[in-house]
Amino acid sequence: MLIGPLFMDSPAPKPSADIDPTAVRASGKAHTSLRSGSTSGRPIHYVALTGNPNCGKTTVFNALTGLRAKVGNYAGVTVERKEGRLLGAPGAADIRVLDLPGTYSLSPNSLDEQISRDVLLNRLPELPPPDLIAVIVDASNLQRNLYYATQVIELGHPTILALNMMDVAESVGHTVDARKLAELLGVPVVPVVATTGSGIDALRRQIVALVENEAEVKPRLFCQFPGPFRIEATKLADRLAEVFRERWVQATAEALLILSNEKALASSSTHYPRAIQDDVAAARARLDAQQVDWRGSPIEWRYARVAEIQRAVTTQLAPPGESFSDRLDRVLTHKLWGTLMFVVVMATMFLSIFVFAKIPMDAIQAAVDWLGGRVGGLIPSGDLNSLLVNGVIAGVGAVVVFLPQILILFLFIGLLEDTGYMARAAFLMDRLMSKVGLHGKSFIPMLSSFACAIPGIMATRTIETPKDRLVTILVAPLMSCSARLPVYALLIAACIPARAVLGIPKLLQGLTMLSMYLLGVIVALLMAWLFKKTLLKGETPMLIMELPPYKRPLLRVVLRHMWDRSRIFLRRAGTVILGINIVLWFLATYPWSKVVMNESDAKRVAIVKESFPNVSLSFTRRGLDTEKLRVNLEPLAQTNLAASAVLGHLEAIDKEEAGEKLRHSFAGRMGRAIEPVIAPLGFDWKIGIGIIASFAAREVFVSTMSTVYNVGEAGEEDSSRSNLAKTLLEQKRPDGSPVYTTLTAVTLMVFYVFAMQCASTVAIVRRETNTWKWPIFQWLYMGLLAWVLAFVTYKGGRLLGLG
Amino acid sequence: MPPALQPLSTVAAGSVATVAEIKLPPEFRPRLMEMGLLVGTSVELVRFAPLGDPVEIKVRGYNLTLRRSEADQILVRLPGGG
Repeated sequence: MLIGPLFMDSPAPKPSADIDPTAVRASGKAHTSLRSGSTSGRPIHYVALTGNPNCGKTTVFNALTGLRAKVGNYAGVTVERKEGRLLGAPGAADIRVLDLPGTYSLSPNSLDEQISRDVLLNRLPELPPPDLIAVIVDASNLQRNLYYATQVIELGHPTILALNMMDVAESVGHTVDARKLAELLGVPVVPVVATTGSGIDALRRQIVALVENEAEVKPRLFCQFPGPFRIEATKLADRLAEVFRERWVQATAEALLILSNEKALASSSTHYPRAIQDDVAAARARLDAQQVDWRGSPIEWRYARVAEIQRAVTTQLAPPGESFSDRLDRVLTHKLWGTLMFVVVMATMFLSIFVFAKIPMDAIQAAVDWLGGRVGGLIPSGDLNSLLVNGVIAGVGAVVVFLPQILILFLFIGLLEDTGYMARAAFLMDRLMSKVGLHGKSFIPMLSSFACAIPGIMATRTIETPKDRLVTILVAPLMSCSARLPVYALLIAACIPARAVLGIPKLLQGLTMLSMYLLGVIVALLMAWLFKKTLLKGETPMLIMELPPYKRPLLRVVLRHMWDRSRIFLRRAGTVILGINIVLWFLATYPWSKVVMNESDAKRVAIVKESFPNVSLSFTRRGLDTEKLRVNLEPLAQTNLAASAVLGHLEAIDKEEAGEKLRHSFAGRMGRAIEPVIAPLGFDWKIGIGIIASFAAREVFVSTMSTVYNVGEAGEEDSSRSNLAKTLLEQKRPDGSPVYTTLTAVTLMVFYVFAMQCASTVAIVRRETNTWKWPIFQWLYMGLLAWVLAFVTYKGGRLLGLG
Repeated sequence: MPPALQPLSTVAAGSVATVAEIKLPPEFRPRLMEMGLLVGTSVELVRFAPLGDPVEIKVRGYNLTLRRSEADQILVRLPGGG
């Protein structure tokens, strides 16, 4: 049976339970001033911006705050917390705008929605209650947006509604009467077009006015519940008001939420005491007995009222026809053209990363070399020189050089998100993902993990089912992230022939790179399937996903987004990686072995005396002054064959000594300690050092190898340091065979595809899953996978006669 | 005599129908309903994805995608005939 639309403004709240609203606001203010340490004791006002996903909320946020947002996280979860100061607020006011995650309903279906609900219901200890809630509503999609807006208005906080996308509404053939809407909703309504900035000033003025002069909030309820439901909801609201000392308005809205939605209650099981949860269960049982559909009916009532409002405020200008977005979708989700376009988009993304990044990468490399040369020339040779040139500059430089590729990747992901194509990608890929028991939505986190597993894992919070979210988290780091790129790039440049095949230059190198990426994808899907079959058994989740209209991306927003994300990478290069490099340099340099030095010096003296018996040799604190000797011999070497032979011998001794020193160093000892484990994979202890260091972060491999081998070359005075890739090829095993063959490189890359060598990812997984169990499990399973598959690669390669 | 009911997944692309019954288990129903898909709502089946699944529908003026397995359990009534 359908219950008729018996809607009207809510009756006056029950006086007995109506706690004085000003008292609550005042206590809120006290909270506010407690935390306002930053700006000269002025009270900080919070404006919470909320709305459906894709309603243009972030664009409104950017327009209000001018792209100077502080991006952080909510305590304990990795839901992005974006906060910015309201631009153009009068001098004395410090008004902060908080951009809440997109939300369809106050009955949360995901972590994102749960955070929005918790902020609006003032459940987060880290935030004071918002002084004002600004609901952003998409005028071109009024019904579903108003469904949420009316839920928020019912909470009874001061609320303002920004009616966004008025231009889109007109282009699809209707106008919305803002004044009428304000009248029906009982809150101020400001029409805006956030993309052009139209109406933003008016919105800002209204926000300031509402924050500064707190108007009395008239309680409103948009659904008048019939009979039994109303009795139960009122009873529950009374209990809530009593237990939490809440204003009766919010208690009513909350009662409705937890009574009618199982997830609304389950997601706040720590908030509501047992007694209230029991009350809810008992109320539901009584409603069941009276055959009231407590789940569905409240939604039907609200939609009926919302549809009524929508009809009253909308004027149809033209019959709704096919929009531009619809026409575009005809092509982009077409069986043939859509699939083709998808492949083209993905291919373009990867090609751009490798082709367009080349020029800036070469420039950065040149700048790093130049800086190293300058610094090396300024500081007398010795430990400090070695630390700065080989440890700091070369190490950090080796990582920063990949910034262009990371920028391009983030640019693409930002564009895909901002245009609305990401949702289409999920639409196209859902069938494949559902084959392994996942969701089309898992595609986006996995795609983002190509940039970095951290944003990828953070993107899983849009997945509703906890098990599927966990499976996605577990396999996301198998996607080759940008930190592996430096490792692949180095090993491919060193060991995979660059010659043209079939007339295409560097075809083999490109194919090797592609296969590493594919290997990660395939194994990730297999593992997801395996996890869904065994450990995290569960049905393939429901897919209820909006396909938002395409829109033109705002370049400055995309660029800003790209920069924000890349900054995390740079900060890592500046802090963690710098620190690791200094530690590594120390480990690779100390302890000094006097024995090795004396042995080498004895060899040097013998070589020199053999050809030049009369030469006088000077010694320093560190033994033979080889530098002086070299300076003396070099001019002679132009004409004197014996001198040039001696120089050659000396260089060989230098290398040998460097190798011996490294073997005796802490790093060498650690590398050798794990050698038995990695020897079956064809890796030597120097690679072992790189692998150990990489467990902090994969890209450290490159800088470690440059530290390991540059220290090993003892070539501080050699200003034109040889390219690391060339250095790798020169490395020999004790038996004289090269260390870095094609097979070693491929095996090493396979190892890097699978091993979870990233401290930040471990930390993020810990935070996302709220237990150490999963990151430890993940680290172990990925490590095992890495070793086994690298072993198979190496042995398989040997059987085929490679390496 | 009202026209017969049929699953949403069997409707031809481009046709508009009215939701008559949502047979999904009660715990899965609310989000679908909150997204605006209620009994009595008019839906247009826009297209099936290139791989045949999921299905894209237009409801209350916006585009939503569901799997066939869910669309199978949403019964609709085509206007003017079954």
